[in-house]
Amino acid sequence: MEALIALVIGVLTACGVYLTLRARTFPVVLGLTFLSYAVNLFLFTMGRLTIGQPPVIQAGAEHYADPLPQALVLTAIVISFAMTAFVIMLSLRTRADLGNDHVDGKEVP
Amino acid sequence: MNHLIIAPVLLPLLAGILLLLLRPFAIELRRLLSLLAVLGQVILAVTLLPVVHSGEILTYTLGNWAPPFGIVLVADRLAVWMLLTTALLASFALLYALRGSDIRGRHFHVLFQLQLFGLNGAFLTGDLFNLFVFFEVLLLASYGLLVHGGGRLRTRSGLHFVVINLAGSTLFLFAAGTFYGVLGTLNMADMAQKIALLPTEHLGPVKTAGLLLFAVFALKGALLPLHLWLPSAYANTSAPVAALFAIMTKVGAYSILRLETLLFGSGAGALAGMINHWLLPLALLTLLVGMLGALAASALRQQIAYLVVASVGSLLIAFALGSSDGIAAGLYYLPHATFAGGAFFLLADSIAQRRGGLDDRFEPAGQLADGRLLGGLFFLVAVLVGGLPPLSGFVGKWLTLQASITHPWMPWIMTVILLGSLLSIIALARAGSVLFYRAELVRPSPNRTGALSLEVVPVVALLLLCSALVLRGAAVDDYTRATATQLLQPAEYIEAVLGHDRNARTELSLNANGVSQP
Repeated sequence: MEALIALVIGVLTACGVYLTLRARTFPVVLGLTFLSYAVNLFLFTMGRLTIGQPPVIQAGAEHYADPLPQALVLTAIVISFAMTAFVIMLSLRTRADLGNDHVDGKEVP
Repeated sequence: MNHLIIAPVLLPLLAGILLLLLRPFAIELRRLLSLLAVLGQVILAVTLLPVVHSGEILTYTLGNWAPPFGIVLVADRLAVWMLLTTALLASFALLYALRGSDIRGRHFHVLFQLQLFGLNGAFLTGDLFNLFVFFEVLLLASYGLLVHGGGRLRTRSGLHFVVINLAGSTLFLFAAGTFYGVLGTLNMADMAQKIALLPTEHLGPVKTAGLLLFAVFALKGALLPLHLWLPSAYANTSAPVAALFAIMTKVGAYSILRLETLLFGSGAGALAGMINHWLLPLALLTLLVGMLGALAASALRQQIAYLVVASVGSLLIAFALGSSDGIAAGLYYLPHATFAGGAFFLLADSIAQRRGGLDDRFEPAGQLADGRLLGGLFFLVAVLVGGLPPLSGFVGKWLTLQASITHPWMPWIMTVILLGSLLSIIALARAGSVLFYRAELVRPSPNRTGALSLEVVPVVALLLLCSALVLRGAAVDDYTRATATQLLQPAEYIEAVLGHDRNARTELSLNANGVSQP
């Protein structure tokens, strides 16, 4: 399971980095979204992968899932959600102000 | 528990929310409230200053959750020094904004207060993830402030600023996640303690996370090669925002200093001094590149933005020395650079408004209205920024040079700092002669806006603060030296945060994080 998760995070990050380096705002926004998905999964796995374990104290439980990364991921999701909304609005505004969707505002033939 | 510590965080937050609710009311009321909130922050910082000056490190456990489990706010000498600098700069930037640029878009005062909320929180927090959250708060507010008022160039540089900072935030999360995965804690004092006792097989991931974090802070602080976003962002935004942003790069510098002294300080075992190896060469290059940029700039605001990059370089050179003298010199230089940068941006706006369509471009225009006063102020600010005696820029540079004498890199540091000073004087002399001397006498002044005497009050006040840094130099020097000593003994910080029974608590945290501890 660790290898699979690591692979997923790696692929997501690679896609995110590639798209962020593109010249148009839409792929850039998409790339940033991919990056934030990758980092959310990464944070989640930092509490180690466990299945079917309680996160808070329970009588008779032998092992626990780490609850902290879950709280961290929740915070990170909310923040990245707000940021994505903001960057979409800003790129629409750039599109309107500059007349095209190139990140530098230059029309490429 | 002293509730005073959380007040600098709560005051701007509440003021911001209140300003949002007061939107239907007259602008005068909102302006007054915003100004009162900023003044309140100055008073709070001044109240905290003598308390921490005694050497006491105040902590505030949110929700009364004992560290390292809960989030803790820590007010030590460094944090309060930053709070005071921020509050003073913000009050004069706001005073300038009240002249009219605050109504060119919506919610200026709300965003301004939330920006201060983020800044104050970032300086006070003792938790790495909480630092991330406050970074996001201050960045989100700064995105709004940066594009405030609109315009083509402003929107374009705003997009660049937002995208690069979002990428930086992602890296911050990767670093925080790696730290948590290895150390099992995000409380900075607890992390420092665990890094000191790190088994050899975990050195790699912790070093990676530490350098990632350094890269993020270098991005915020505009350290070479991550400085490219700064000139266009600062040059194209409105004057009060650019002036407030003079503190934004210092947040990066502050975080680097914490990372360098607390997490990877002398007690960090195999990883001690890891940051300094990278910091010194990069800071030297930043100073040079910033000065070259200032020399090549084609407009005044662009030139000031490059001078801000260069001032980050000078500041981080002092921090990178790693000695108590070096850090103290940096802490003396920090408020000077912040106030001087802020004053310069405000003055540049006053000059640009009087040059008609030419704005702040370096081309001869008609003679300026009030040219004598503006020219005189420009001269003073140039002396300040160029680091000439008798103003605070000279003292800051002198302290840095003095601290570098015993450092192995001494020839390089001396050469770069002195060469940087020379380049800045050439650049500023060129700017001043184009703006003031090569003016054509025949053409009348294009447009005269408002009463000048009121307009330059914030600039004069910031200059007075800089001269206070010289006149009260002994007291300031005492404080910065004490701060540097405190920073170089992270054991005090750890003791204050985790308390005397910290061994017992560490055991507890090990058990609680049983799954994440090998």
